[in-house]
Amino acid sequence: MELVYEWFRELYQTTGINLPFIYDSYDRGRLIDGFLTTVELSLICLFFSVVIGIIGAWLQGSSFTWTRRIVNGYIQLFRNTPPLVQLYFFYFAIGSMLPRVETEWGGQAPMLGSFAWAVISLSFFAGAFNVEIFRSGIEAVPKSTVEAAESLGFSRFQIYRDVTLPLAIRVVLPSLNNNLVNLVKTTTLAYAIAVPEMLYESAQIWSDNVNVPEMMIFLLIAYFVLVGILVWGMNRWERALKIPGFGS
Amino acid sequence: MMNRMIKGVIGAAALGAMAFTASLAQADALDNIKAAGVLKVGVKADYKPYGFLDSSGAIIGLEPDLAQDVADRLGVKVEFVPVVSSNRMQFLEQGKIDLMIATMTDRPDRREVVLIPDPNYYSSGTNVLARKEFGLMTWEDLRGKPVCGIQGAFYNKKTGQEFGADIVAFKGTAEAYAALQQGNCVAFVYDDSALVAKLNEPEFAEYEMPLPTIDDAPWGLAVQKGETAFAEFMSQTVTDWHKTGKILELETKWGVANTPFAKAMHDKYK
Repeated sequence: MELVYEWFRELYQTTGINLPFIYDSYDRGRLIDGFLTTVELSLICLFFSVVIGIIGAWLQGSSFTWTRRIVNGYIQLFRNTPPLVQLYFFYFAIGSMLPRVETEWGGQAPMLGSFAWAVISLSFFAGAFNVEIFRSGIEAVPKSTVEAAESLGFSRFQIYRDVTLPLAIRVVLPSLNNNLVNLVKTTTLAYAIAVPEMLYESAQIWSDNVNVPEMMIFLLIAYFVLVGILVWGMNRWERALKIPGFGS
Repeated sequence: MMNRMIKGVIGAAALGAMAFTASLAQADALDNIKAAGVLKVGVKADYKPYGFLDSSGAIIGLEPDLAQDVADRLGVKVEFVPVVSSNRMQFLEQGKIDLMIATMTDRPDRREVVLIPDPNYYSSGTNVLARKEFGLMTWEDLRGKPVCGIQGAFYNKKTGQEFGADIVAFKGTAEAYAALQQGNCVAFVYDDSALVAKLNEPEFAEYEMPLPTIDDAPWGLAVQKGETAFAEFMSQTVTDWHKTGKILELETKWGVANTPFAKAMHDKYK
């Protein structure tokens, strides 16, 4: 390992290509932490946004007018505002109104930190799109299928869980895929409220070492690979779920 | 199209040549300033209390006061030109200003571009703003605690690496101050000259700047390269400022606690 670090240090001295996140232990630690934070933030937001999508789409089909109105109001609010504005709003506006808790250094801090707000904000943001995506899938399920289930005595929840949703998921996977890819990329916005994710840590590294082009190239490749893994997984899932004769 | 481009290039070249001869023909900045009766000084307009706008939009502050003093010594009127860090040296090079007093840190690479007369008139370093109740004493007290900062500031790494603080860096100062007030971090690490001004605001009454300032770097005022006579005059002026305690006096006037640098310089030239 030391040899590799030495080689990259040598590379900097001879060619000027500076990759301190490989040879400098402090910068390496920062970038690894940043990468793990990005992965963690992405996975948590992916999970919650899909859950919000599934529940929201079910509530949209509710027979209560007000439930439908609230879900639609949520979608409009979160879909029609920029995610960066939402992050600032949650962190600086809502965050300051929350009850405060004692911190370990004896101060008073807001209950939720920047990471928690990023999870909340990004999950609801992507969730709003997911509700609409799942609705498109639910509406694509033939009415006769639902009627057949009703005549067999299924309850509304059972129909949603066992009939509509499994079929809908197969329809929505391509567009869900799109939205989740977008979500992973949107995690970079958490940079603005100082969530130490990969872009944030990279920015620290490039301002300390003035190696902006190298870091930009690294970031582009890193996100390409990260999103590539997600897309590969989603495509595999799509193939695994395929029912001959249904959909395409 | 091509023709027009060629004409444009020739035009630009001619303009450049004219500007060059003009700067050669310029006899001496001091004579020119006296002949014009106006001293144009580049100052900051967004750096309270060193240079900022009052309610009527006029530029006031510690550095404008210094500039006024220079003009008084020359017996001319002063004209303030607001500059920012990214254009201040260019303004001086292009002759838009005669003198620059704009919170500029004196660095060797800057001395290549502009003429910075000695001695330095001021200095600033890195410190933190924190609530008094935390009772911070040394930089080591920050270890393992979240500390707000500005993205891209060079002292973030030092504060993180040497003192073990968890830097929480924001885009601008407004966000960092908001996060500090909300209790998202124990302290805000920033330029002490800017923090000093914050301490005077009523909403920061419960805050202090408790740590010893580190990375103290001197500030230099600057004149155009080659203006040796003007630079000589400014050297005497700055020496006189230190001698008479003008800097200390102005610090008090603008609500800044007397800085160790200003005190040391006063003692040196007294």
